[in-house]
Parts: sequence; structure tokens; C-alpha cells
Amino acid sequence: MENRPLEYDYTVTKMFMFTTIALGIVGMLIGVILAFQLAFPGLNLMLGEGLAEYTNFSRLRPLHTDAVIFGFTLSGVFATWYYVGQRVLKVSMAESRLLMLLGKLHFWLYLITVVAVVVSLFAGVTTSKEYAEFEWPIDIAIVIVWVIFGLSMFGLIGIRREKSLYISVWYYIATFLGIAMLYLFNNMEIPTMLASAPDGSHVGGNWWHSISMYAGTNDALVQWWYGHNAVAFGFTVPIIAMIYYFLPKESGQAIYSYKLSLLSFWGLMFVYLWAGGHHLLYSTVPDWVQTMGSIFSIILILPSWGSAINMLLTMKGEWQQVAASPLIKFMVLASTFYMFSTLEGPIQAIKSVNAIAHFTDWIVGHVHDGVLGWVGFMIMAALFHMAPRVFKREIYSKSLMTAQFWIQTLGVVLYFTSMWIAGITQGMMWRAHDEFGNLAYSFIDTVTVLHPYYTIRGVGGLLYLVGFLMFTYNIYKTMSARPIEESELQSASPMGA
Amino acid sequence: MFHWLEKHPFFFSVGVFLVIAFAGVIEILPNFAQASRPVIGTKPYSILETTGRQVYIKNSCNACHSQLIRPFKSETDRYGHYSLSGEYAYDRPFLWGSKRTGPDLMRVGNYRTTDWHENHMKDPAGVVPGSVMPAYRWMYTNIADVPTAYAEQLTNAQFFSVPYNEPIPMKDGSTEVVKMANSVTEAHAMALAEAKEIAADMKDQNIKDAVARGEIPEIVALIAYLNSLK
Repeated sequence: MENRPLEYDYTVTKMFMFTTIALGIVGMLIGVILAFQLAFPGLNLMLGEGLAEYTNFSRLRPLHTDAVIFGFTLSGVFATWYYVGQRVLKVSMAESRLLMLLGKLHFWLYLITVVAVVVSLFAGVTTSKEYAEFEWPIDIAIVIVWVIFGLSMFGLIGIRREKSLYISVWYYIATFLGIAMLYLFNNMEIPTMLASAPDGSHVGGNWWHSISMYAGTNDALVQWWYGHNAVAFGFTVPIIAMIYYFLPKESGQAIYSYKLSLLSFWGLMFVYLWAGGHHLLYSTVPDWVQTMGSIFSIILILPSWGSAINMLLTMKGEWQQVAASPLIKFMVLASTFYMFSTLEGPIQAIKSVNAIAHFTDWIVGHVHDGVLGWVGFMIMAALFHMAPRVFKREIYSKSLMTAQFWIQTLGVVLYFTSMWIAGITQGMMWRAHDEFGNLAYSFIDTVTVLHPYYTIRGVGGLLYLVGFLMFTYNIYKTMSARPIEESELQSASPMGA
Repeated sequence: MFHWLEKHPFFFSVGVFLVIAFAGVIEILPNFAQASRPVIGTKPYSILETTGRQVYIKNSCNACHSQLIRPFKSETDRYGHYSLSGEYAYDRPFLWGSKRTGPDLMRVGNYRTTDWHENHMKDPAGVVPGSVMPAYRWMYTNIADVPTAYAEQLTNAQFFSVPYNEPIPMKDGSTEVVKMANSVTEAHAMALAEAKEIAADMKDQNIKDAVARGEIPEIVALIAYLNSLK
């Protein structure tokens, strides 16, 4: 054993790669259906009157957001952790039976929880809090899955050979801690089954039902502290972890600046959570919280752009790779969209801009240029990088990758441009008054005007989904091809080629 | 210091946790200390209203409709007085929403009637031409879940001291009492009494028949809730 090179064990990575793809398709397909339902409401009845309750926009909408956040993205985070973690810590999962067991347990419990979530959301079992719709039994399951992920992660860190933690590991640790804290506090709820009538009798009713520990304004404050930072620790922090590993590895270039990574990491950790208040501008939360939310959102540009610039400068002197390699294209576009999205967000958090943007489709557009452009592209790039190493086969088709890249880029551009126009139009029409001081438009005027943009958005989303199916096909063909004999430098550092 | 932290995962994690927890402690805790007190005229939800609120949540109405009026002329012209913190004192969870695909509903009880809601939920585009809202026809046949709503009321009273069976000050100086049942049977009877008043204003014969039989279709509970939003 002693003299043999380290063999990494990708069993758990493969399992989570599978759910990344499967739940990606589910989440994006539902997204496309929702987009077209807004343009053509008749689609709410696509499976007939009898199933209308389950194909209705309002039932599918939480399913879409949760499938993409906790299905596609989180699976991608787990898949990359079980790959990157072993490599940068220089230790194999196969070295510890306990870790393998935890890893597999992590996957299977996660899958069971996902099934429970899908069933419950279809049934209309929801707490109504965005991205925290699950009722208490599922919340408990989620906490257990998360604790097992933590044990598995810190277990691997505990037996590492590489003493110093690589940047990616910082971000994975932050993901674990951030989500744990946010999820626990936001989901404090009391199951109503505990209640019994004054005469001592048991009330009955749905055993899974609960009510929030917090009321009204306080509930909103906690929810958006969570909601905003679920984006931070689900869509930002772990995706940065990925790009810090995969971009240098794929391009053969060292990270541009260690100091910039330090500054942007600790800056992001400190600043991000303050910005949650920008979801509640002009609401009934205290003024000073709103102002803090606004100001810190602007400050947030610094650590965000710090990371993004660090990524882009990593390609310094090697830009020909962007033309040559489809995989580098994905990652460079991802960092560009990260910069774009983290500039757009703070602009929307300025109070006067927010007055127009809030409650409109511009916010939906903002979320999607971040999620489609940054998160989606980076996760697909990570899977493209891992697939040849995990399955020991070359990627099936590079030209398919390039075609997918352009189709999806067009999709994202159609998506955010249409939503910008839709959102700003809507916001301006809501506030328009005529010369006598009366409202210029009725609400329905501001709905019907959006029809063309909703259609364009649907087409954009469809293109992205088509690209994702091409991605799926490419990975499938890669997996099922005949294996090639390949030996790689097992002890290479993440900086090495 | 950072090089040292990178070699000690435990202290690194503690450091990260302290840095991220800081903002929450500063921003959230002070508001909790001054717990949101109800403004005068804010009543807890009755049994049928609570049932209807659960129907509203079950169908994620909050995904498209907000319940938060911002202090702008355009919004107060369209929806009524801007929102006050104390008006949400009994809202667990809050239902402010984050997107207005449809209009705000914070004070919809002031300008829409039972009759209007009845037709609108059956065929939104028939009532508001051009509407992208889907129909909610299953609410006319699904039976509302009163026991779960009653459990919610009891939980509110037990754990959060929501003042049921106590006089609530109103804006005109009078007081009102929102009664809560002593048993689930009584709760159902109270809900049915409220439902009869709503059904009297509705045209759908099936709904009237169901209520006469002692059943409460979801739509009746939902309308009771929507009418209470003022």
C-alpha cells in the first residue's frame, strides 16, 4: 500500500452527479412550463381539469425554485465536494470505511428527502416561506442530512495529508456553516399537533402542520435574512469554491492573487449577511435595517468583484484558451455573469431604484442571470471537468459542448433582457399618474403589456433547457463509451496542470 | 494569522461562524426586543378566516400577490393606506410576498365582494379580461380542513398569547371579541355559522347545498379570509 499512488474514490461523486443532472432537468423543465403558463394561461390546464390542481402555476412555482436550489445546485455542490475535497486534502474516501458510509448515507437520505419534498409540494403542503416551504418533519430530515454532510466533510478534513486548506475548502466550510445557521433559525416553528382543546380532547387535523415562531414583521426579517443568504451560501459561496478549483486545474494557470482571495473571502463572509434587508425596503421593518441593507449591498460589490476579477486575471496571458476550449468558455462566462449579477443586485438595492424594481420581473431577471449564467454554467463546467476523470473516458463530443454553450448563452441573454424590459415597464406603469393626479393605468393594463416579454422569456428558458439536455446527452455518451486506459499524476496539486 | 487559520480547520470554522453570525445579531435581535404590538383595530383571525388563510397558503397565492402596501402615492391610491407593522401582529407566517404578478391584497376586503371573488376564482379571465391567473375550480369541491385551523388557533393562543375571547379595542373606541371554540365540534359549528353568511352572498347552488348539509367548501373559507383583509 505504502508505495502505491493514491486512488481517489468517486462513488459518492457519481451518485450526486446523477441527481445534479436529473433534478436539473426536472427543475428547468418546470421553469419552462411556468414561463409559458404566464404567457399562455391555458397551459395551467395542460393535463386537463382533473389534474389542474397539480399542474397549476401556484403549485409548480415552489417546486421549480426548490428543485433548482436544493436539487440541481446542492447536488452539484455535494458532487464537487466529494471530488475536490479528496484531491485538495490528498486523502481518499476509500481510506476510511466510516467516511464511505457517511457519504453514502448522505446521498440516500438526501434522495429520500427530495422525494418527500416533491410529494409534499404537489400536495400543497407548504409553510409559504420562500425557499423554506417545507413543513417540520421534512425540516428535521434536512437538518439530519446536513449534519451527516458536515460529519463527512470534517471527517475528511480531519484525516487530511495536506496540512494547509486550499481556498475551495474555505468556501465549502462556509457553505456548511452558513446554511446550517440560516436554516435552523428561519425554520423555528411549532407543530400545531401539540395543541389540544381546553376540554382536554385531542384536536386532530394535519399532523405535519406548523406555524412560525415569529410573527409579521419579525417573521419577514428572519425570512429575508435567510432568503437572501440562501443565495449567498447556496448560489455564491460553493460556486466560488468550484471555480477556485476547476479553473486553475483546467487552464493550467495558478490563481492570480492569494491576497485577493483572502480579502474577497473574509469580505464576503462579513458583508453578505447584512445585505438581506434590501428585500424589505419600504416595508414595515425599521428604517435603519433598510438603510443598512442598502448600504451593505453596495459594499458587497467589493468582495464579489474581488473573486470574479481574481478568476478572470487567472486567465491572464492565456486568453487563447477561451477560443480553444469549450470548458474554459463556460467558466469565463460564469465569472463574467457573476460580475454582472453582483453589480445588478446592488443597483436594485438602491432605495430609489428598488421603488421601481421591487415586486416586478426585473428581480426575476436578476435571479436568473445569476443562476443560469453563473451557477448553471459553473456546475455544468465542473461536471464536464470531472466526467473524464470519474468515468475514465474522454468527453464524448467537444463540438456538442460548443453548440450547447452558444445555445444556452443565447437563452440567458433572451431571458434577462426580456425580464429587464418587462420589470421596468411594469414598475413605471404602476406608478404613472395622469395630469389630474389619478392613476394612469389599471393593474390589468400592466399585466397584458407584458405578454410579448413573457413569451421571449419562455423561449430563452427553453433554449437553456435544450442546452441542458445536450449536456445530459454528452455526459451520458461519455459514461457509456468504452473505457480508455489513463493514468494521471495523482499527487498533482490543484495548481498543477 | 490567516496562514495559521488555514492549518487549523476548527479555529477557521469558529472564525467564519463568528463573522457571519455578527450581522444577524446586530440587525435582527433589536427588533425582536420591541416585539411588534398590534395596532388598534387589529383582530386575531376567526376560525373560518384561519381555515381560509390555510387555503391561501396551500395554493401559494403569495407567489403572485403581495400583502404589503408601500408608502407611495401610486400604491395608496390603488390599494389603500400603507402597511403598518402592528397590522401583522397575528400573522404567522407573514404573507408579504415578493412578486406582484397580480395586485396587492392587503386591503382587498375593502373593495371586492364575496360575489366578485366567487366569479373570479372560477374564471379569472372572464371577470378581468387579459388576466393570466389560472382558475381555482377545485376549491369549489374540496372540503376545508377546520380541525387543522382550530389546532392553529389553539397553538396561537397557548404559545403566543393571541387574545381570543378577550376584548380587542377598535378604532371607534368600542371593543370586539373574537371567540374561540372549546372543542373541535364547537369549532366546526362556529365555522359553519360563518360559512352560512358567506354562502348567502354566493350564487353557486352546489356551494349553498354543501353548506346547508354542514360541509364547508374551500372557496367559502378562502373568501372569508379575503373579506377579512381590510
